[in-house]
Amino acid sequence: MADEQNSVSSILEDKTYKYGFTTNVESETFAKGLTEEVIRAISMKKNEPAFMLDFRLRAFEKWKTMKPPEWPNVHYPPIDFQNISYYSAPKQKKVLDSLDEVDPEVLRTFEKLGIPLDEQKKLANVAVDAVFDSVSVATTHKKKLMEVGIIFCSISEALQEYPELVEEYLGTVVPVGDNFYAALNSAVFTDGSFVYIPPDTISPMEISTYFRINTEETGQFERTLIICAENSYVSYLEGCTAPQFDTNQLHAAVVELVTLENAEIKYSTVQNWYAGDKETGKGGIYNFVTKRGKCQGNNSKISWTQVETGSAITWKYPSCLLLGDNTTGEFYSVALTNGHMQADTGTKMIHIGKNTRSSIISKGISADYSSNSYRGQVKVGKNATNARNYSQCDSLLVGDKCSAHTFPYIETANSSVQVEHEAATSKISEDQLFYFESRGISRENAIEAVISGFCKEVFKQLPMEFAVEAQKLLTLKLEDSVG
Amino acid sequence: MLEIKDLHAGFDGNEIIKGISLSVKKGEIHAVMGPNGSGKSTMAKILSGHPAYEAMGGEILFNGENLLEMDAEQRSLAGIFMGFQYPVEVPGVNNAEFLRMAHNARRVKAGEEEMDPLDFDDLLSEKMNMLGMEKKYKERNLNDGFSGGEKKKNEILQMAILEPKLAILDETDSGLDIDALRVVSEGVNKLRNENNALILITHYQRLLDYIKPDFVHVLSKGKIVKSGGKGLALELESQGYDWVTTEN
Ligand SMILES: Nc1ncnc2c1ncn2[C@@H]1O[C@H](COP(=O)(O)OP(=O)(O)OP(=O)(O)O)[C@@H](O)[C@H]1O
Ligand SMILES: [Mg+2]
Repeated sequence: MADEQNSVSSILEDKTYKYGFTTNVESETFAKGLTEEVIRAISMKKNEPAFMLDFRLRAFEKWKTMKPPEWPNVHYPPIDFQNISYYSAPKQKKVLDSLDEVDPEVLRTFEKLGIPLDEQKKLANVAVDAVFDSVSVATTHKKKLMEVGIIFCSISEALQEYPELVEEYLGTVVPVGDNFYAALNSAVFTDGSFVYIPPDTISPMEISTYFRINTEETGQFERTLIICAENSYVSYLEGCTAPQFDTNQLHAAVVELVTLENAEIKYSTVQNWYAGDKETGKGGIYNFVTKRGKCQGNNSKISWTQVETGSAITWKYPSCLLLGDNTTGEFYSVALTNGHMQADTGTKMIHIGKNTRSSIISKGISADYSSNSYRGQVKVGKNATNARNYSQCDSLLVGDKCSAHTFPYIETANSSVQVEHEAATSKISEDQLFYFESRGISRENAIEAVISGFCKEVFKQLPMEFAVEAQKLLTLKLEDSVG
Repeated sequence: MLEIKDLHAGFDGNEIIKGISLSVKKGEIHAVMGPNGSGKSTMAKILSGHPAYEAMGGEILFNGENLLEMDAEQRSLAGIFMGFQYPVEVPGVNNAEFLRMAHNARRVKAGEEEMDPLDFDDLLSEKMNMLGMEKKYKERNLNDGFSGGEKKKNEILQMAILEPKLAILDETDSGLDIDALRVVSEGVNKLRNENNALILITHYQRLLDYIKPDFVHVLSKGKIVKSGGKGLALELESQGYDWVTTEN
């Protein structure tokens, strides 16, 4: 029995990270190190408008005065920021007019990831922006979106084609000096996605970005900006994978969302960066991300849904600034840690307008030797009359060497506020799995049933295909951790 | 159908079952009685394949197949069912959905198509009527917050859905109220036919008034110390275990 289980887990071991391949494409990578010259070179390489260089340099000045945050409940050796290359792009002869010109190796990479980009095979109802290392390589369904006035392109392209829109909103949600990693990103980001939904428009399809880190010693710093104008709606998906390396790669992204009056953005992430070796903890992505949405117009809504299953270390708090009256912020999260992963994730809900509402549903699953922390802040300003928050933070433990922590912070400056917080911890036990097996249900299906039961409230927020994927991913990762 | 030959078994190297032989044929009902801690549940868990328990000697054949080489899932699919003495709670998993998963696992094994939730609901309603169970058993999560008796009824509902060849019911009667005991026993009787068999682990003669055993075995300190017919249960009820356990 024991032998059999070992061989099963070794097979699964290989399956667990099926995205661990690298692709051989010729790429152009800057020498390691970060100086003002490097920033000027990035900006020049990308032929950016002057305000952008100015933005970067301001961020760099701030960053030089800042230190990496020490408050998250994660532990890692100091990062040498001079030992990272800040620009890597698949080498291409010229600006791409069509997919035919994208390196076929890169297209194959995305196809292997289940994201076909070419015209015949592309996903019918999802528009995709594919970001390979630091550069957007392809954006599908652009024309169809353009017909209803939706702009969906890489942020580099937006800087060329719609500089005034970028200038108006970039850095208005996450200021250049917001935190150490956001400042770094603002100084050096090379690409990411840009979405603008014009007034009175419901996006006819899901919009998505897939991020892929390929090169070993580059950091990935993408920047996403989504603006949803009056009475509009968009659902946006983000997926991430990376190859297996023994060294740690830094991923420090910034995402900014803005909703104007009556607008709604639904932002979903399935994050499956390489998490490092399960036994030794060697390698894996450091995922230090700043995501924030601003409900600027009255009656607008921003909803974050995340399924975090990878990365050696995750440090991420998708947040909502509820500025307008009657605005709503939501955060639905499943964070799985196994092996030696560490996650410190949660959200911030800042209530500023009247009758603002927020809800937080966080489900943490920890297995093996991992550490999983929920950190959430609910802050209610003095003018936020009748603000309401509901928070629920549940933890599921698999095995007895892992840990789960919750750090809720609540601050209110207004007495008409209602804040509710619930928390619970449970365990997947060998006896539960035996119960399923003794009814003829496979271990795999048993784990899937328990996990999907635990994550139900979060999964139902995800678009259908994403929910199925997410569930499979979690099951696969936990199969050899239980028992 | 079931052939246990000189079985030694336990967990963590502790031998709890110390040489049991038992033969169960199609259509038979065997009752297993015995003092607390004598190894009855351990025997049931060994039969159903609990991974924490290991066989240390002897063999078990089920319809000619070596049971000890099969895992719990395979044993269930081969037709073995254990009604747990302490059914585990599984929050978040809907009871009806769990039952459908179990039912479909059998269908898939038999090369049939999975049953969709609507058809399964009909089947489930029929079985629940037979056992006099209220609708809430469909809606609630698997044993989650169930009372002791409700959990036991739910075990029998699972048995009714799975229609096992050999059911081992570990103290299914404990915790049932008088009416429930009658209804559940009648349900079990309805599920019986000449092709299946039953092992009833119980402390009480009352159950055996409803479900009449062909054989009664007394387990003490990991061994069968006495076997007999129905009458043995009556004697035990009036005299306790001392006379059988000290005889050896
Ligand atoms: N998992 C376990 N951990 C520790 N001890 C165990 C375990 N399983 C069984 N035992 C021990 O093995 C012995 C037999 O237990 P078992 O549950 O089989 O008894 P039983 O005959 O079913 O008793 P009861 O009538 O009380 O249900 C007991 O001494 C019990 O404490
Ligand atoms: Mg027992």
